[in-house]
Amino acid sequence: MKKKSLRFYVTIFIARMATVALRLTGHKATHFPGLLSNTLCPDFLGQIEKPKTIIGVTGTNGKTTVCNLIGDVLKKNGYEFVSNSEGANLSEGIVTALLANSTFWGKPKKDLAVLEIDERYSPRIYPYLQPDILACTNLFRDSYKRNAHSEYISGILNRVIPDKTRLVLNGDDLISNHLKPDNERVYFGIEWQEGEVSVTDNIINDMVVCPECDSPLNYEFIRYNHIGRAHCSRCGFGSPKVDYDVVRVDKKNARMTMINKGQEEVYHMVGTSITDIYNMSTTVAVLKEFGLDAEAIDKGFAKGRIVKSRFNAMKVGGKELIFTLAKGQNPIACSRVFDYIRQQKGRKAVLLVIDDWFDAKDSSENIAWIYQADYEFLNRDDVKAVCSAGPRYLDYKVRMLLAGIDEEKIHVQKDWINAADLITDEIIRETDKIFVLYDVATMHLVKKIRGDLTAKLKGGKKK
Amino acid sequence: MKIEVLFPEYASLYGDNGNIMYLKACLPKATFIQTSMRDEPRFLKEKVNLVYMGAMSEKAQEKIIRKLMPWKEQIRRRIDEGMPFLMTGNAMEVFYDHIQDGNRKIPGLGLIPYHAVRDMDHRFNGLFLGEFRGKPLVGCKTQFTMAYGGDENCCLAKALRGIGINKGSDLEGYRKDHFFGTNLVGPLLVLNPEFTKYLLHIMGADQTRLAFEKEVTQAYECRLKEFEDPKTEV
Repeated sequence: MKKKSLRFYVTIFIARMATVALRLTGHKATHFPGLLSNTLCPDFLGQIEKPKTIIGVTGTNGKTTVCNLIGDVLKKNGYEFVSNSEGANLSEGIVTALLANSTFWGKPKKDLAVLEIDERYSPRIYPYLQPDILACTNLFRDSYKRNAHSEYISGILNRVIPDKTRLVLNGDDLISNHLKPDNERVYFGIEWQEGEVSVTDNIINDMVVCPECDSPLNYEFIRYNHIGRAHCSRCGFGSPKVDYDVVRVDKKNARMTMINKGQEEVYHMVGTSITDIYNMSTTVAVLKEFGLDAEAIDKGFAKGRIVKSRFNAMKVGGKELIFTLAKGQNPIACSRVFDYIRQQKGRKAVLLVIDDWFDAKDSSENIAWIYQADYEFLNRDDVKAVCSAGPRYLDYKVRMLLAGIDEEKIHVQKDWINAADLITDEIIRETDKIFVLYDVATMHLVKKIRGDLTAKLKGGKKK
Repeated sequence: MKIEVLFPEYASLYGDNGNIMYLKACLPKATFIQTSMRDEPRFLKEKVNLVYMGAMSEKAQEKIIRKLMPWKEQIRRRIDEGMPFLMTGNAMEVFYDHIQDGNRKIPGLGLIPYHAVRDMDHRFNGLFLGEFRGKPLVGCKTQFTMAYGGDENCCLAKALRGIGINKGSDLEGYRKDHFFGTNLVGPLLVLNPEFTKYLLHIMGADQTRLAFEKEVTQAYECRLKEFEDPKTEV
């Protein structure tokens, strides 16, 4: 930790006053105090005292869910900790969280922090804050604007992750599991599951050939995109031996069996999708490295579930209505949801509200990413309607047609406030399940869409 | 009809795969050759109707330059003979004189009289509206480089909004005979039905009707209106 300067003390005083003012005016103060502190004192994060132990979670997808799961387990076991779950995962959000959990002059009130850390902006964080344990959930293509490509992000992480940080890496992700090769590390992963094959039907696979020698990679199995286990046909490059290995998944009874150090451990599952299982595996690996035992961890999972803002299913008028976060501009996150939908039984309708809210306000969204999302997964007999609402509705229609979806099943409109209008009575009659996919930035529309759809499904008029 | 897609294991970033997806829909009977890094490009020894390469990572870009360098003169001859090429995103930079990355000068194939300056700390994102053969061309840019060199005789399009090969230029891309290069990324051919018709003509597929022409044209007109609107930030 850097020595505190006079500037630090002046800044913390001003930040405290600003926080009080924000709260008095009804604001949450989850970002601004950090922004103000970083502006007034650029190395504020370096000077503020940190909790004794820091757990970090980074990666393209699943950071928030893993942090929430870690937090749930820790709370169930009586731990108090600093968390940026209510703020941003950038430096400002982390500073705000540290400020909120410290004495007036910045001495930590808690010994532990669980921090979600944005992978793209980590160069502004790790020079000042060294996680003792850092999990990387995975590395995929994300927003082109912000993250360019996964090689760019792994290059950043290789440069800035501190050498002494112990890493918890995804053994099934050949990009992230090669991060910082000299750091201490453990791997989590999921063994081959029934039905998994050695080829992928995803559009994106960033690990077709060996990055060392360009020879084809031989996949034992490929789960989705580049997630799976593979070895180079020529050199030694390949998947590592997994330390926290999920060997059995019992979806019926919602239990997963993991082998760690030769011991079988059974955990309750908070969700049954492969994404949920990866998130739980990451959580188990992090918390065991932290020092909790299997029983303590499972206590946290026993009644846990994915937070409602990310996944919410309900039964209305005999139909299932499922709201799920898909993340616009992130082809992998959307494809994961499309894959989940295709695996669900019954007749389905899909409503997409994933246009970029911010671009729509004053610019025009680059829709290139929808050509890397697997819309082809929705081209199925049991998917009766694919609807899209938002300013890019015409682009979505073209993409769906190119995915081979029957034109009669495609329904699009510009108005996303009244997105529920696309789900007609005929679609309701033809389907058992309606999936609504939204972006982080269109989350505020969900309440109205849910209300409108609920009213329709009950046979009434929209709100 | 043969279309060769160069190094798809590396060169399909930023939605550039949408171009081949669309060509497959427009030309269902065409043969699409996927040439990997371990193969010798087919266009060097046989006639193809289009050579396509999309955007790639910077590391892959250097690998691809090294891979193609031994065939530089043969590639030059194919371009001079009028073989159609479409290079999108930073694929075009493979053909530049060089790429400057800090103190490092990475030699390119030297077939385009440009050089690129790469700055991995600054990413440029923007929209583009330009004019190609008197018709509007729309697209998006997302890149770490700016290019310098050339003149209006060798550019692909003239920018009306957004930047050209660098922030001070209104000249976008490179064109020589049937070689088309542009920094625009994503499904350029889906976004620009007029450009696609012209490319198909160059490829010898004059009679081809665009796939989903009505829908593609509606989407194009909607985007064009947005891009022409001065209130739209580019």
